[in-house]
Amino acid sequence: MVRVRLWGSLAAAIGGQTEIEVEAGTLRELLDTLARDYPALQPQLERGVSVAIDGVIYNDDWFTPIRPDSEVVLLARLKGG
Amino acid sequence: MALDSKTEARKFKIVGTRPLRPDGIDKVTGRARFGADMSAPGMLVGLILRSPHPHARIRSIDTTRAESMEGVHAVVTRADFPAFVEDEALADVLDNCMAGEKALYDGHAVAAVAATSGAVARAALKLIEVEYELLAHVTDVDEAMRPDAPALHEDRADETVPAGMSDNVMARHEFGHGDIDAGFAKADRVLERSYRTEATHQGYIEPHACLATFGSDGQADLWCCTQGHYMVRNTCAAILGMEQGRLRVTASEIGGGFGGKTTVFLEPVALMLSKKAGRPVKMVMGRAEVFRATGPTASSSIDVRIGMAKDGRITAGFAELRYQGGAYPGSPVDMGSMSAFAPYDLEHVKTVGWDVVTNRPKQAAYRAPGAPMAAFAVESAIDELARELGLDPLEVRLKNAAREGTRASYGPTFPAIGLEATLRKAKDHPHWSAPLGPNQGRGVACGFWFNFGGDTCVSLNITPDGTVTVSEGNPDIGGSRASMSMMAAEELGIPYEKVRTIIADTGALGQNDVTDGSRVTFAVGLATIEAARAAKREMCKRAARIWEIEEDAVVWEDGAARPAGPNAGKHPPMSLAEIAAVATNTGGPIAGHCEVNAEGAGVSFATHMVDTEVDPETGAVKILRYTVFQDAGKAVHPAYVEGQFQGGAVQGIGWALNEEYIYGEDGRLQNAGFLDYRIPVASDLPMIDTVILEIPNPGHPYGVRGVGETSIVPPLAAVANAVSHAAGVRLTHLPISPPRLLAAIGAK
Repeated sequence: MVRVRLWGSLAAAIGGQTEIEVEAGTLRELLDTLARDYPALQPQLERGVSVAIDGVIYNDDWFTPIRPDSEVVLLARLKGG
Repeated sequence: MALDSKTEARKFKIVGTRPLRPDGIDKVTGRARFGADMSAPGMLVGLILRSPHPHARIRSIDTTRAESMEGVHAVVTRADFPAFVEDEALADVLDNCMAGEKALYDGHAVAAVAATSGAVARAALKLIEVEYELLAHVTDVDEAMRPDAPALHEDRADETVPAGMSDNVMARHEFGHGDIDAGFAKADRVLERSYRTEATHQGYIEPHACLATFGSDGQADLWCCTQGHYMVRNTCAAILGMEQGRLRVTASEIGGGFGGKTTVFLEPVALMLSKKAGRPVKMVMGRAEVFRATGPTASSSIDVRIGMAKDGRITAGFAELRYQGGAYPGSPVDMGSMSAFAPYDLEHVKTVGWDVVTNRPKQAAYRAPGAPMAAFAVESAIDELARELGLDPLEVRLKNAAREGTRASYGPTFPAIGLEATLRKAKDHPHWSAPLGPNQGRGVACGFWFNFGGDTCVSLNITPDGTVTVSEGNPDIGGSRASMSMMAAEELGIPYEKVRTIIADTGALGQNDVTDGSRVTFAVGLATIEAARAAKREMCKRAARIWEIEEDAVVWEDGAARPAGPNAGKHPPMSLAEIAAVATNTGGPIAGHCEVNAEGAGVSFATHMVDTEVDPETGAVKILRYTVFQDAGKAVHPAYVEGQFQGGAVQGIGWALNEEYIYGEDGRLQNAGFLDYRIPVASDLPMIDTVILEIPNPGHPYGVRGVGETSIVPPLAAVANAVSHAAGVRLTHLPISPPRLLAAIGAK
């Protein structure tokens, strides 16, 4: 199981939980599992999120590996100029 | 791709030097072709009719008289575009390019014409009859949040917005960790302040321009100035309901973007005019149109509360940020909320951001979107607390600085970062201890930006005479052609002058993300290095075939294929040019390419220091001295890196002292030109000094980090802190224009 930290707006959507545990070995599995198990997160997941894995921010690579002991943090989708 | 060596610094031969910029001659001789410089046979001139009202329902548009005018070949309104665009964000882009049911701001496009000349087009615009139903408007972020404020949209708020708020509130964002109440209870001093910043424009010198040719066979070509021609292709195709492969977009040379050219304004309209007219259509914005109808950044209203112990340790930080992003959702308040406290290692921190719409033009990205205003508020409060407690503001920042292992205020744990190094450099710099005179003050501030990577393609071709062409898909807005040529030359072991980098059109490469997010030197550089390594592998293979030895018995060193060791036999090295000359005979043309979604961009930090002098009689502020300290990971071309540092600082100075969108009571923009919207010019400023630090990014082979955005994050606060000390009064509203400063001095 991977522990996933949520930012405040996402935590509020699922009753205030700031950390959840999901079964995921890749970024794709993580996002699919979150959408399936936490439907309240679906609107934000559809708008887009960035994911920090062990301090490095990833956007879309489905096959980015996630180790069970990785630090996983969901972030608002990054924008730049 | 990871850093090549984590244990020893690589010795570079070309990276880190300062060769001549490849676009220099073109730009100083006028040969460079910008957006307005392209023409086509039979070309028409396209112009846009814009709403004079800040908020109005469009009851009807009668184009009959304009269409019947001699020389007019097409008139378009929203009715010519697809009625439904599924993606909500793209639907907003279309509505911003051509208003639908309502005109939402002064300058909003409502119709367009294509005619044989500008004079005919201007006359035709006057013949278009628009019947408006005027509506109440709101341009101020705090007023727009009141429940009784005029509403721009109905039911557009997302699920994060509590019931009962104004319809203009689109989203709520919250970040942080710990228990801020417990943190504030530990503080010896708690400071609460409210801050405001006004909307500023990116101020690029080149107005938006494009040339569209839409053929009767459904194939279209577009030439335009943009930060991302693949984005233009994809956006226009979606808006116009066409396949992406049928639209080829070529990026012109670009006269500045700074984030403001990361979306479309004219391009879908030009394509639609061309489609209707059956002829090429060129559109060029005037300066007033640029101000009225393209994206400035958001304005902001921010409340900050920070608790500090007597020793300078921050015990808790809280900020509530309200950004208006114009007439559509999507202000960068989420980025501001994430970055506000990012430079600091805080046990208790919380930020809440509100995304608000107003009757202003749709905001566009501006260098580190959302971060400068947040940093202004937080860094001002930290400075004020430090002074109140009699502490050195740099020491306070060092005491609280985020380091490797710090849990960032926005969530993740930082890897190796360079904030502390910039602060120590600043403290040791002669600027910090230089004497100040009367009416002078010194300010410091820190700043943070994320940086990112994304979709990137590079094709590196070895020509028969041994020169090299690198094709990449990101418009060069800050020296990337030079940087790519340098990295290719470094990797191949050939002189910089042997490599030329070009920006390919959308038909030549796979998908490339926009030139934004400080991503290009990182991501395209990474792809260029990988493409060069692929070409080297192929050249080693060719040498192996010529020498009749195994491929793995050949290595590439100093620009030539060489036997890997004595067992490989005695063969004289084959240079790149020698291998290229016989490529036809050894297997055909040689190239390397790389297509990647580049991940691993490292975050970036900076510390800025500025001295200002205030004229208490006029309220004028003079910048006396300015020094930027920033981590570049590895500076590929230090002169360009310095230019990015200086440019960001100067734009931040303008934001802090002069620049602002001014709206009248009538909701119309009052200063849509560079005469009344004053950006800093060279005579306003001293040379901006720079100190480049190099803490390698572990996610890039050479350690490169993006540098293009972080430099605009600290200056708002650094300048405000300096002016506050010089004037003896805390300035909390930017810009600190002479009237605003005089009023503050008078109210002391």
